[in-house]
Amino acid sequence: MITKSAATAISVPTSKVIPLGMTALLGLFIVGFVGFSHLDVVHNAAHDTRHSLAFPCH
Amino acid sequence: MSLFRNIVFTAVIAGLLSGLLMTVMQQFSTVPLILQAETYEHAAPAAGHSHEHAAAADATAPAAAEHHHDDEAWTPADGIERFAYTVAANVLSAIGFALVLVAVAEALGGFGGASSSWRSGLMFGIAGFLCVSLAPGLGLSPELPGMPAAELWSRQIWWGATALCTAVSLGLLAYTRSPLLAALAVVLLVAPHLVGAPLPPTHDTEVPMALEARFVNAVFATNLVFWAVLGTLTALLRQRLRAGEEASSGTAAGLASR
Repeated sequence: MITKSAATAISVPTSKVIPLGMTALLGLFIVGFVGFSHLDVVHNAAHDTRHSLAFPCH
Repeated sequence: MSLFRNIVFTAVIAGLLSGLLMTVMQQFSTVPLILQAETYEHAAPAAGHSHEHAAAADATAPAAAEHHHDDEAWTPADGIERFAYTVAANVLSAIGFALVLVAVAEALGGFGGASSSWRSGLMFGIAGFLCVSLAPGLGLSPELPGMPAAELWSRQIWWGATALCTAVSLGLLAYTRSPLLAALAVVLLVAPHLVGAPLPPTHDTEVPMALEARFVNAVFATNLVFWAVLGTLTALLRQRLRAGEEASSGTAAGLASR
């Protein structure tokens, strides 16, 4: 069982790698744009969200 | 593509619902404190962003100078417009978090069987809170407007590195059984805090400490509830939105068997 749970963590079926990778990248892109973009307009629009989520701000 | 479509659909619905819930919580917890802090920020513009101090104190002056944005760039008008943009930003962030959460959960074997998926989702949600709110927040405590802070890039890099290290650490602790990897997990958990978050050159601020303390509490409380709801909803919806995917009960056994 020990080896089995370790193997589960590492071996993602190859058919899933691309959709899961795309999903993660899309999610990171959205969070990055809303929370980490240095564009002043984006910062000002998402200002209260950034502060409330404790993202680095200003 | 059905897997991608189903996951995106799941994340959008879970993100929409939990983002709206977070907005409601924020209106009673963090937003009143942000508005109160802004009165100090605007009353004392010199101390406001403290970049003047930074410029005088060290060599980051060119970078600091760029941060005088409030007067030039477009800002939503206070009231309904500002609220609307906050709702949109909350929902978008929640969808983004949900996408990453499902992707990680699926890569680790899914949320488990039908009867326990909500429990597994709740655990993933709390893990998300630990990685994205608590661990970075221990070094860079949630800031109110007008609080002094180090240069933005350096804080963002530390924040991202801390979130990533914490996530990998929790993953190793939950999904491996080797003592060596457990030791590595502890190192990853602690290392960002030993390195230390970038600190501002001065801590002078007009914002009262009591206000900041209440804000830190409010941020952690709202984010814990938000992540718990996001994780649970994501797992429950993922269970129901599986159209077109082949039966993958084999991989789902991973979580149940540990």
